[in-house]
Amino acid sequence: IFSSGLTEEAWEELEESLIAADVGVDATLELVEGLRARVKEQGITDGAGALALLKEVLRLELGTADRTMARRPEGTTVWLFTGVNGTGKTTSIGKLAKRHVDAGEKVVLAAADTFRAAASEQLEIWGERSGARVIRQDEGADPAAVAFDGWKAATAANADLLMIDTAGRLQNKKELMAELTKVKKVVVREAEHLDEVLLVIDATTGQNGLSQAKAFTEAVEVTGVVLTKLDGTAKGGIVIAIQRALGLPVKLVGLGEGIEDLAEFDPDAFIDALFAEVVQDVELEDFDAELAELVADQQDDQQGDGTA
Amino acid sequence: MFNALQERLDAVFDRFRGSKTLTEEQVGEGLREIRLALLEADVNFKVVKTFVGRIRERSIGAEVSEALNPGQQIIKIVNEELVTILGEQSAPLDLGSASPAVIMMAGLQGAGKTTASGKLAKLLKSKGRQPLLVACDLQRPAAVKQLKVLGERIDVPVYAPKLEGDPVEVAQNAIAEAKRLNCGVVIVDTAGRTNVDEEMMQQAADIKAAVNPVETLFVIDAMIGQEAVNVAKAFQEAVDFTGVILSKLDGDARGGAALSVAEVTGRPIKFASVGEKLDEFEAFHPDRMAGRILGM
Ligand SMILES: Nc1nc2c(ncn2[C@@H]2O[C@H](COP(=O)(O)OP(=O)(O)OP(=O)(O)O)[C@@H](O)[C@H]2O)c(=O)[nH]1
Ligand SMILES: Nc1nc2c(ncn2[C@@H]2O[C@H](COP(=O)(O)OP(=O)(O)OP(=O)(O)O)[C@@H](O)[C@H]2O)c(=O)[nH]1
Ligand SMILES: [K+]
Ligand SMILES: [Mg+2]
Ligand SMILES: [Mg+2]
Repeated sequence: IFSSGLTEEAWEELEESLIAADVGVDATLELVEGLRARVKEQGITDGAGALALLKEVLRLELGTADRTMARRPEGTTVWLFTGVNGTGKTTSIGKLAKRHVDAGEKVVLAAADTFRAAASEQLEIWGERSGARVIRQDEGADPAAVAFDGWKAATAANADLLMIDTAGRLQNKKELMAELTKVKKVVVREAEHLDEVLLVIDATTGQNGLSQAKAFTEAVEVTGVVLTKLDGTAKGGIVIAIQRALGLPVKLVGLGEGIEDLAEFDPDAFIDALFAEVVQDVELEDFDAELAELVADQQDDQQGDGTA
Repeated sequence: MFNALQERLDAVFDRFRGSKTLTEEQVGEGLREIRLALLEADVNFKVVKTFVGRIRERSIGAEVSEALNPGQQIIKIVNEELVTILGEQSAPLDLGSASPAVIMMAGLQGAGKTTASGKLAKLLKSKGRQPLLVACDLQRPAAVKQLKVLGERIDVPVYAPKLEGDPVEVAQNAIAEAKRLNCGVVIVDTAGRTNVDEEMMQQAADIKAAVNPVETLFVIDAMIGQEAVNVAKAFQEAVDFTGVILSKLDGDARGGAALSVAEVTGRPIKFASVGEKLDEFEAFHPDRMAGRILGM
């Protein structure tokens, strides 16, 4: 459909591809409306041209943000990891620990998830795998106290990087969100800085992701997003809605359960994957068109043979 | 959020006050709002299409009852249709008469399988059964330990003979262990896996073949978006699950995945997981879910 010109069906298909990627109704309608205007302005008449323009628009939106993880020039950098339950906070910390230990840095991990069964043990295993030191307390301990311990241990050891793991919490739980705010406060008070507050979002997340981003930003001023589980079939389009609404850039992506399965967010690859099916359709249709031409040519030839 | 959809529909139908049947035009305008509401609730767009098509058929020409205005009338039809798909009443666990009766869990990473395993064990124990928890996740760091901690909390034995290696072997030996311990129910926790990981999906099928469960439960996060359909289909293909557990329903997600999954797999949603604590687990209520999806 998309290759045969800018029909209403083509627009609908474009809309659907964004919806199917979890970009969300509002952001999709805004994006497509804006695109319609620009397509008219620029006199674009074919679907492929419109798609290219949409990719360009998204690239500008996603591509200009600063995606580097903030570091201290001196002393211990501190990153705090937050998010709803089961998104990949602990795993992402493990992967990052490996990366920075491999780069010759001294890394400390603080197990401030004292709630979930075996959360500290999980982080300890990541500590062993990566060569980072893990600071923990017993289950049920005050998470702010563990974060505090983590900071003390990190500065005492002259560590380059402290990463603080926190328990997953749903953003509508007031008390748990207040607890997280307290963890942050204690770190800021002791360390006098906090370099990144990362919100870890699962790529399969639907529209609730926007509500997550809003609530966590309110509670702890999120500075960036880690988008995990992109190795699955989900596209993670909700981060487009999040960046549009809150200006939060995706900094890292999770691509598997292995220790190396972490990468910098690549807007181009992300956008291409977003439209992979549409493009496939276009190519398929182009191919069909080519095939049709071929068949028509052959028929012409045969007819020619017959009359000759 | 309260009745936002009803308000939107009322606004649409204000123009049509006084008509006795729903006309095509009226229905069309109402359905636009329904479609948007469902998409905002994360119902898969293809499911929305078939669903809205069905509503259209049922609505056009439908008599407007005296007690309801056209907006309420459409909502009533939508609600009935939603409840039909989600299940007329909550489907109970069906453990049959086999002993031990095996329940197997499956789902994506982080969906809530291990937590739900503990919750089910607690529930069954409270009903006088003797469950055995089996740790077949040898993948995720400290997964075995997590299950052990949960088992300790509810005083239920956990069969966890190894920390790494082949989970199919663990599954195979679990049945004998249950018989030895006189446990009438076996709950098999498995590792999270993505639906495109063929090797891991095959492993799930192999675990299933090894334990021959009476109930295979697919655990899915209520916050999941459009991919719910593909994920559910893939798990149905691999392990042909008998029921669904919708997790993290204590959040504020609208949970459209419930509709997507029920529609494409035809399997009943049996439980709602509503918290991190082991007693935060309940029978799934289709009518409540319908209202939640519609934002009412
Ligand atoms: N496929 C895939 N799985 C991932 C990725 N990141 C994490 N996981 C898996 O997702 C599950 C949850 O990961 P965790 O790191 O425990 O998540 P968490 O946010 O710390 O969870 P809680 O502390 O319980 O809130 C585990 O099974 C991980 O192996 C990823 O990028 N891809
Ligand atoms: N709020 C809330 N949290 C839940 C619920 N069910 C599970 N969780 C949390 O979600 C996270 C993941 O739960 P798990 O039970 O470890 O999930 P899993 O599917 O076993 O994860 P993997 O084994 O890593 O694939 C944990 O933080 C749980 O405490 C629920 O119904 N509500
Ligand atoms: K993907
Ligand atoms: Mg964790
Ligand atoms: Mg588990």
